[in-house]
Amino acid sequence: MSDTKTLDYQTFRARVGDLRGKEYWRSLEELSRSDAFDEFFHDEFPRQAMALGNGVDRRNFMKLMGASVAFAGLAACQQPSESIVPYVKQPENLIPGRPVYFASSMPLSGYAQGVIVESHEFHPTKIEGNPDHPSSLGGTDAYMQASVLGLYDPDRSQVVRHFGDTSTWSEFIAALQPVLAAAKTNGAGLRLLTQTITSPSLGALIQQLVALYPGMQWHQWEPVNRDNAREGSKMAFGGYSNVVYDFTKANVIVSLGADFLGEGPGHLRYARDFASRRKVRKGTTTSINRLYVIESMPSQTGGMADHRFPAKPSQIEGYARALLNGAAAPSPPWIAAIAKDLKANAGSSIVIVGDDQPPVVHAIAHAINSQLGNIGKTVMVTDSCEVNPVNQLESMKALVGDMNAGHVKALVMLGGNPAFDAPADLNFHAALTKVPFRAHLSPYYDETSMLCQWHVPEVHYLETWGDARAHDGTVSIIQPLIAPLYNGRDQVEVVGALIGGMDQSPYDAVRNYWKTKVGGDFETEWRKWLHDGVMAGSALPAKAATASTAIPASGIRQPASGLELEFRPDPTLYDGRFANNGWLQELPKPVTKMTWDNVMILSPNTAKRLGVRVPDSWSNERETLMAKVAYNGITVMLPVWQVPGQPDDVATVFFGQGKEHQGKVANGTGFNTYKFRYSTAIHGGLGATITDAGQPAYIIACTQEHQSIDPQVIGGERGIVRAATFAEWQKNPEFAKNKVDDEDISEYPPYDYPGYKWGMSIDMNVCTGCNGCVIACQSENNIAVVGKEEVHRERELQWLRIDRYYRGNPDNPEVYNQPVPCMQCEIAPCEPVCPVGATSHSGDGLNDMTYNRCVGTRYCSNNCPYKVRRFNFFHYADYDTPSLKPMRNPDVTVRTRGVMEKCTYCVQRITEFKIAAERENRKVKDGEFTTACAQACPTQAIVFGDLNDPNSEVTKLKAEPTNYPLLGELNTRPRTTYLAVVRNPNPEIKA
Amino acid sequence: MSQIFHRSANTLSRVTIFGAIFIAGFVLWLIGGIVRSPYFTNQGIEREQPVPFSHQHHVAGLGIDCRYCHTSVETSNFAGIPPTQTCMNCHAQIWTNASMLEPVRASFATNTPIVWSRVHRLPDYVHFYHSIHIAKGIGCASCHGRIDKMPLTYQAAPLTMSWCLDCHRHPEKNVRPRSEVFNMAYVAKNQDVLGPQLVKQYNIQKLTACSTCHY
Repeated sequence: MSDTKTLDYQTFRARVGDLRGKEYWRSLEELSRSDAFDEFFHDEFPRQAMALGNGVDRRNFMKLMGASVAFAGLAACQQPSESIVPYVKQPENLIPGRPVYFASSMPLSGYAQGVIVESHEFHPTKIEGNPDHPSSLGGTDAYMQASVLGLYDPDRSQVVRHFGDTSTWSEFIAALQPVLAAAKTNGAGLRLLTQTITSPSLGALIQQLVALYPGMQWHQWEPVNRDNAREGSKMAFGGYSNVVYDFTKANVIVSLGADFLGEGPGHLRYARDFASRRKVRKGTTTSINRLYVIESMPSQTGGMADHRFPAKPSQIEGYARALLNGAAAPSPPWIAAIAKDLKANAGSSIVIVGDDQPPVVHAIAHAINSQLGNIGKTVMVTDSCEVNPVNQLESMKALVGDMNAGHVKALVMLGGNPAFDAPADLNFHAALTKVPFRAHLSPYYDETSMLCQWHVPEVHYLETWGDARAHDGTVSIIQPLIAPLYNGRDQVEVVGALIGGMDQSPYDAVRNYWKTKVGGDFETEWRKWLHDGVMAGSALPAKAATASTAIPASGIRQPASGLELEFRPDPTLYDGRFANNGWLQELPKPVTKMTWDNVMILSPNTAKRLGVRVPDSWSNERETLMAKVAYNGITVMLPVWQVPGQPDDVATVFFGQGKEHQGKVANGTGFNTYKFRYSTAIHGGLGATITDAGQPAYIIACTQEHQSIDPQVIGGERGIVRAATFAEWQKNPEFAKNKVDDEDISEYPPYDYPGYKWGMSIDMNVCTGCNGCVIACQSENNIAVVGKEEVHRERELQWLRIDRYYRGNPDNPEVYNQPVPCMQCEIAPCEPVCPVGATSHSGDGLNDMTYNRCVGTRYCSNNCPYKVRRFNFFHYADYDTPSLKPMRNPDVTVRTRGVMEKCTYCVQRITEFKIAAERENRKVKDGEFTTACAQACPTQAIVFGDLNDPNSEVTKLKAEPTNYPLLGELNTRPRTTYLAVVRNPNPEIKA
Repeated sequence: MSQIFHRSANTLSRVTIFGAIFIAGFVLWLIGGIVRSPYFTNQGIEREQPVPFSHQHHVAGLGIDCRYCHTSVETSNFAGIPPTQTCMNCHAQIWTNASMLEPVRASFATNTPIVWSRVHRLPDYVHFYHSIHIAKGIGCASCHGRIDKMPLTYQAAPLTMSWCLDCHRHPEKNVRPRSEVFNMAYVAKNQDVLGPQLVKQYNIQKLTACSTCHY
């Protein structure tokens, strides 16, 4: 089993053939189909078993069993006595035991996403999307879902610190006074450093502050840098502008390196709108939308593309110019085809550019949109959402320059962690220590706080009042769900302290600001905003704009030869601010399926050329090589990872990992790549050298091959993934049907489920693999985090996984995402094998899992063909940390060691709504509630409901011709079924 | 060489070998009995409370309805323990100097809750909803016993799973008209006829799937 073969890339390329080959695969290793691989997957859960690799001798076995028996006796002690504590005065509107829901907004890099927060006895426990919010429409991403863990994070900073020692807020205020007195006469020495700010009320306060101290300067810095988009909009429209896209009206979309479905303000809304034009249903006659993606690292958006063209980041400008010029001669033929398609859909197309691309590419895209008449139809140009849009890199450079020159006497930082994430060549931390007075408001006592005399703990958004703008400018209200857990302070309070004499709370600050803006009955308006979470009609109006077509020719980046390094924000940790969040650390990153680490992504060809090829080692250890990456004279060690679809000669690294001072989870996890992110190449560039570090192999926790369904049956008409083109679908809408799936073989008469018959439909055509559902499930069902070592042993507990399949040429494969929860089989293979009856069938057709009955034989898991059962090998749940207790969903048991667990369609929600309906003597209405995953899904790919209701949405979806079950030939009759993928490639583009 | 064992050892060993099965059976029976006994279930054990609150006095003596204090019993899974405010609604007017009520007054004055000792406790893996049992015509007294006769509250039923299932399998034995749910003294005259009739009328299902309570 452990025989190590190197990956025979040529062999599998030959095997796969051309791009439209029918073969599906899951990883490069699988594609090689070595004997070792097949042998490895012949075993169930190959890695889980390895803990016993060394064997247990008889003596140890007897010892352990003896101890078990002794402790079993102890466990049967009398019930502990428990106290019960009522309120002194019970709050109004609170029904003990029932949750209350509040609308709020989660700000990320300034931009708000609307949330509805579930609160049990005033403890926020679950985040849902706000259906009334324009950036969410009810969908949530992983950051929003995981923010509830961020609130209760025990590692958050809890006290004001002065040189690291415990201090108080009032001492901080006292220390500020001499600084402010000096600034009264000459404010030039006083500096404020913030992140992007869209909050009108906070913005007004900062502007008041800047006006108060003559010469004072306000700097802004955000490591997930959007300067290119800002400068591009200025180039095109003459001033900093905000661009909003309407994907509901777009027939053709061209993305130039833009991962608009996965990141950036408004990505949830864009995903919903994009999906609304992609769902293929009975009677769909007009063509679905078509997405072209020209990008470097394979992104979520690239995975959804009908045509994806891998390109080095520097090549994209050339392609953009070719599109603008109507695909002049030297460009490849597919550019002409795209240009033709765009022209045919003038006014109903979108060209969108990624933030990594230089401003000129943004300007080109605006010019193309303008030429096509898209502006005002699919592309809306508004004023900037930011209070004071600036070039943040220039702002940061100016600040560091002034600090080094000794001009800065006092620096107050509101959030952010610039000592960690500012461009490394600026040497922010060295410059910072030259400032006589430095204070940092931050949720963690982090790298920057440690360099400051004063550190003030910052509140979490669930603890404070505020406002922020959505991607389209809609003002969203931030409403607290809980009093600050750790004496945190809001940015408003620090700015108030700087203004001096202003002791207004964040609540007053928001209200006082809007009172002056809204005439008439403010209180009524305010109550309505709080209820809705948004100020209706406050979106910024679209301007009548025409983009300048005078594109500067200078500064064209020539398509470079040689290796390019590309910096991207970590897909699950953002700029590193979520690095201490265990849920997000353990979340398999889209595309790579990597957890707890950041890797350097290379194409297989490039890895081979550089001599850092990953061995195809199907031993029990999953490991990779460490590479030495030298860039700008700095060397960083990074594990190498090969990703199909990555363009050759591009090395992509994520930034955000490698913290040293944040918390128990973040510290020492991953590798810090900010170290060589220079201001001269903020998104990457030429000149990196990569060599084998000559170190022992590095263990990584990648879930790519975990919980694998037998890989022999991925493709084909019985396959796990079924796909066709739109043209093929029009010819044969039943392409995904297979007679075997519907055959009903049983010796027993069928059970007819007289009450409810719960079922789920997952539309693979619109699943972007964003992971929102995975964290939603984790939050709703109190799923524990297991850590890197245990993930490596295939013991991760997330009930819902997203399988990612490839198809075709490994240089540029098509990508298919498949969320896999429990199938709730009607004839469930897991049930008959349980020796203690811990898993059984309910009258609604749910495959129940009774934790208290489970003795942990794991037979059920071994017999599950879908591999959806998870076993608690150890005591993973944290029973002791006090701050984590109020976070848990009180309606779901916190499972302990030795217990099997799995998805049950959120049976706690089913029970709750069934009871509510029964009390009123009616049946549960369709859409009254849904599962956590379905509720979170930004594209509404997951639909849950009652199959006995002929009018329910899920019943209708099950009647779709593209509906198919997984492994239908096993006759398990799964209640979860899938809608097949229908892609819409341009027939003029040959593979 | 003399015999090491006495002759009687033969009999003893035979009895031990053949008796083992009976001994094991007896031990199992004993364990079964112990875990069902009040020692384990806490059935019938009066709890010491910070204030010796008498349901007998308040319910039977004064005729206060259950829902005056247990406000959420019809709407929530949890019946609710009254806040100190509820006690003070009356005791701000009557028995204002009773030393027995000192903890209540102290709680109200200092805004610190009274810590009661829990009488009815289900394990964390059991999810019980009061509201649906009330809605389906299960009387308070069916599970909680004659609260109106308890000077100090104790757990009247064993609260074991088999006890729950007895009723879930045969709801007709315990169901009563909705109008009598909060009537402690209700006794059905003809449960044999009325029971099945109410089961039909209230659409009561025999829910015995594991996920009815365990998730």
